[in-house]
Amino acid sequence: MGTQGKPWLISVFLLAIFLIGWHLFTLRASFDPKGLSEQQLQLLEFNGDVIKTADGRYEWNPEKEKVKGVPGPLAVFEKAREELGEAFVKKGTNDHGIAYLVLYTVSRFAAGFLAASVVAVALGVLLGLNKVLFRAVNPYIQILKPISPLAWMPLLLYTVKDPKWTAVLVVFMASLWPTLATTAFGVSSLRKEYLQVAAILQLSWWKRLFTVILPGAAPTIVNGLRISFGSALVAVVPAEMLLGELGVGYLSWIEWNNLDISGVIFAILVVGVVGVILDSGFNKLAGFVTYQE
Amino acid sequence: MAFLQIDHMTKFFPSHSGGGPVCIFKDVTIKIEKGEFVTTIGHSGCGKSTLLNIIAGLELATEGGVILNGREAAGPGLDRMVVFQSFALMPWMTVFDNIALAVRSAYPDWTKEQVTAHVHKYIALVGLKGAETKRPMALSGGMKQRVGLARAFAIEPKVLLLDEPFAQIDALTRGVIQEELIQMWNTSRNTVFMVTHDVDEAILLSDRILLMTNGPGAQIAENVIVTIPRPRARVTIIEHPHYYKIRNHIIHFLVEHAKHEEEGAEVSNNGSKKKEPLVVSFEQESLARQ
Repeated sequence: MGTQGKPWLISVFLLAIFLIGWHLFTLRASFDPKGLSEQQLQLLEFNGDVIKTADGRYEWNPEKEKVKGVPGPLAVFEKAREELGEAFVKKGTNDHGIAYLVLYTVSRFAAGFLAASVVAVALGVLLGLNKVLFRAVNPYIQILKPISPLAWMPLLLYTVKDPKWTAVLVVFMASLWPTLATTAFGVSSLRKEYLQVAAILQLSWWKRLFTVILPGAAPTIVNGLRISFGSALVAVVPAEMLLGELGVGYLSWIEWNNLDISGVIFAILVVGVVGVILDSGFNKLAGFVTYQE
Repeated sequence: MAFLQIDHMTKFFPSHSGGGPVCIFKDVTIKIEKGEFVTTIGHSGCGKSTLLNIIAGLELATEGGVILNGREAAGPGLDRMVVFQSFALMPWMTVFDNIALAVRSAYPDWTKEQVTAHVHKYIALVGLKGAETKRPMALSGGMKQRVGLARAFAIEPKVLLLDEPFAQIDALTRGVIQEELIQMWNTSRNTVFMVTHDVDEAILLSDRILLMTNGPGAQIAENVIVTIPRPRARVTIIEHPHYYKIRNHIIHFLVEHAKHEEEGAEVSNNGSKKKEPLVVSFEQESLARQ
């Protein structure tokens, strides 16, 4: 029985449980003036905790409610509707619609990731083919690999003096090392018979690279790219936050500065959705170049 | 001078357990005439595959060299194609592309149509029509090695080097492919150097069988002439009166004599006591020793 269930039904069920739970935990009783003197009520109103409606009743101040506790799913849904409704609107230099923010983040991500991938695969092939060079360079790769890409940021910012390029370079640094290390490994562990066939057939260096080495190491290279992809996706959000570059990562920080927690949650969800879409696109591409022995 | 000559070849490997380098084989000289099918048999580790790799140019000899058609053959080349035990087909290429890669390399000025026709001819020759667009993963071991053979024959090399080509194929298929190999070889008449440890395979396919002693310091001890006329087939060859004589002789050698004889191990370097391999031929009913 256990293997026959429909997973999507369980997914929907879990989501429903989560949303209901979220709703109930964040539910706040409406303001109850019972037991409070007129003076205390006026003090509350003066502090902005409550407002007096037109018909003379007191209610929680909706503006202050936004920053009290965690907003419920309805508030986040309302915020999402509002944001998506003006997705393509530019209200000011720092207030672009969500569609623009996604575009900025994706292009920043793509530029850094693609540049790093090209550099890393090229270097990785060189190192993979030359065992002596690999051994000579490997200690430095091992030192540089665990450094958080964000640790480079001040140095990069100081060097290129431009936050736009710094953000791209942070993504670059995040996606460089995993691809470099796995490409070198993949090329150096390529089955020697393939290279022997290439040698017997007298293939030129370029032909050898593009018909034997790269396709042969492709499954390993793709694994490295996948790790780089994840690490770049993780790095792009804080890079935007710290550099103040417009994007979905920055959105989360802006909403925090606005004390709009619904906005923060919405921004987090957008980051997740963007990640999923990029990841599935990557998997489609990866499927083209991998093979089974 | 013979068409293919392995000349006083010695190979040392660096020792893994420290100490001096280990001698794999020592002062090996093999002469193969054009169109001859010569097989080397020996126990695992006697260096026969290393010998084949050196002829192919994939490994370097410590001393000595390979002379092909009067010229030294150094480094790999299209004139010495290897059929690998592990097939060595590119798993990301189709059957057609695997063979076409070789054909395009061997005949760089051919047109696309010429290459395609040539590849199809050899695919048909090994009975793989209809499998052109399959990848190696989708093929059985026997079919993979048929592709390997088609790729090797398709570039029409001066020398074919077969490195235990059927060792990874199940016994029933092996017999079928061996006969297919005979047929292809009958029409092409390439010079072939094969290493194997399958005695029946060696007798079925070869003109001569070289028996190698165990390493380290392996040597070619005997040169057995397969005195069974061609064409040969698996079913009829065993009825030839020489078949079991040759077979028993080789197995006896492998069991008893493959170990070093004391004097054999101490051939001096200055060649004063040069030992030629013993020629064994069953042409006369008794052993003819030279």
